[in-house]
Amino acid sequence: MTRPATRSRRNERRATALVLLIGGLLFAAPFLWSLSSSFKPRDEVLDVPPSLIPDNATWANFARLVTELEFGRYLGNTLVVVALSFAGLLFNAMAGYGFAKFRFRGRNTLFFTVLATMMIPVQVAMIPTYLLLNEAGLTNTRLGIALPTLVSAFGVFLFRQFMTTVPDSLLEAARLDGASEARIFFRIVLPLCGPILAVQGTLTFIAAWNTFLWPLIIANDQNLYTLSVGLSLLRGQNSSDYGLQMAGAVFMVAPVLVVFIAFQRYVVQGFTTSGLK
Amino acid sequence: MSIDIGGRKLTPTGEQPPVAQSALSQVTPAPGTGRLRAAARAVRRGYHPYAFIAPSTLLLIAFGIVPIALALFVSFTDLDLKGLGDHSQVRFVGLENYTRLFDDPLFHRSVLNTVIFVGLGVPGVLVVSLTVALLLNTATTRLFRWLRALFFLPSITNIVAIAVVWGYLYQTDYGLLNQLLSVLHIDAVPWLDDPETSRFSLALMAIWRGSGLNVMIFLAALQAIPTEYYEAAALDGAGRWHRLRYITLPMLRFAIFFVVVTTLIAWLQFFEEPFVLTNGGPLDATTSVSLFIYKTGFNHFEYGYASAGSFVLFLIIIVVTAIQFRSRRAELDA
Repeated sequence: MTRPATRSRRNERRATALVLLIGGLLFAAPFLWSLSSSFKPRDEVLDVPPSLIPDNATWANFARLVTELEFGRYLGNTLVVVALSFAGLLFNAMAGYGFAKFRFRGRNTLFFTVLATMMIPVQVAMIPTYLLLNEAGLTNTRLGIALPTLVSAFGVFLFRQFMTTVPDSLLEAARLDGASEARIFFRIVLPLCGPILAVQGTLTFIAAWNTFLWPLIIANDQNLYTLSVGLSLLRGQNSSDYGLQMAGAVFMVAPVLVVFIAFQRYVVQGFTTSGLK
Repeated sequence: MSIDIGGRKLTPTGEQPPVAQSALSQVTPAPGTGRLRAAARAVRRGYHPYAFIAPSTLLLIAFGIVPIALALFVSFTDLDLKGLGDHSQVRFVGLENYTRLFDDPLFHRSVLNTVIFVGLGVPGVLVVSLTVALLLNTATTRLFRWLRALFFLPSITNIVAIAVVWGYLYQTDYGLLNQLLSVLHIDAVPWLDDPETSRFSLALMAIWRGSGLNVMIFLAALQAIPTEYYEAAALDGAGRWHRLRYITLPMLRFAIFFVVVTTLIAWLQFFEEPFVLTNGGPLDATTSVSLFIYKTGFNHFEYGYASAGSFVLFLIIIVVTAIQFRSRRAELDA
């Protein structure tokens, strides 16, 4: 009597898997199509009907990104933004520690202020932030590009939550041994934060690598463009050169894909707890 | 009683009184120069928490709180490129920017477009992500884990790269979509060239991009539902549909609320997709409020006018979010 039931359940699971596979294929299609097209020479990319796998696969489009366009420079600028945002990650950890493990005047008010900044919509801050950076003489600088998103309120919040679990007795013992506050933070607290650092580090990399709005607004000088702004420019200037465009897109996506595959667990954990984009 | 130890004790633990106060109370009984030294030490201790929180807190205030106040201030002025170079050129214009907004057909258009995007996007993202999550939740095999990652991938992919790729898919003559349609003998669709169609095309792309993250949120919520509920329902003879209707969906109420609110806020700020793919065209059919603000500020350099637009968008977001929370409270009270 149980046998038909299990069989129907198995068929059902197969049907579900099939539906999901088709859906997954539809989700993956834009990626696969851009990958395939990025290796096609100029004429083949406009073939009707198109070839699914390039007949004459070539690296030419990727080479042109660096030789004819400034993708090498854009990559360098993007890496600078990534490096700066890791300094921001350290600031988040420091603030998380400060809010978690010290009592001081104004703590609750300040922490509430930090949380309140999470509710400010980015697009609303676009114009005034530009004006602010312009007053400070930071437009058209790499620091100016990185500054608006350098620290994140959610990062501070997550670090704080995590660091409240660090036992006070551990910090006390270090203080009795005469360790300075900075030493306690770097040698005791940070090493205990491995898991949360992994999550936050991965998210920081992805966010900094993908950053678009601020470099778009803050950098007028093409020498300071990040990859995403450079790619946007490429689309405008080479509007019918689809092979080149797809190579640019693959160039941008591939590193994130590698990081995602390597640190999938952290990425998923980080995004689901934050619910941020 | 050693003051040193007292000083150490003050700093870190959760249950003790704030540093400044207790430092004083510890210092008072100590005599002579020791008192001064202890006070100095206590003050130095008192600095530490501020040193730790200062960089993040100051930056968040500078780029989170100050801009809103600045937007409000600038929105009452006629600040433009000239005024940016020479502040003496800036005049206060009262509510002029706001009255101009309400008479500006392009602003009306952008509000309408944003409403359409929200109307397509929020239900779209909700239905797609909930469906995928419910299906993914039926098994935990390796295949399903891979599929989960696949659905998530667009969420962490750069928006410009996505727009570039979809721009090629949507291309009228060579794009993959129209080529597939031609196999089925369906006429080419002007995905991005027709005003009505282009809104739909942008929304479709954004739904594809935005669903994966919410799939993860729903999956986390689904896995938190106790299996006893389903077992009890099965004993009572509840079918699949009833289990979904009377257990799963009610248990997902908070997750659904969370997804709707965050998606709504995100789509009210819809910007990058039309910026990269259509630049607001054709015929301003895809100009969202955010794109209107961007163009007013950075193409026409009318910062005062753009700030007024920013502030109106800010108010819209606050009001819509407040309505959401209120209706949820009413639902919970009922």
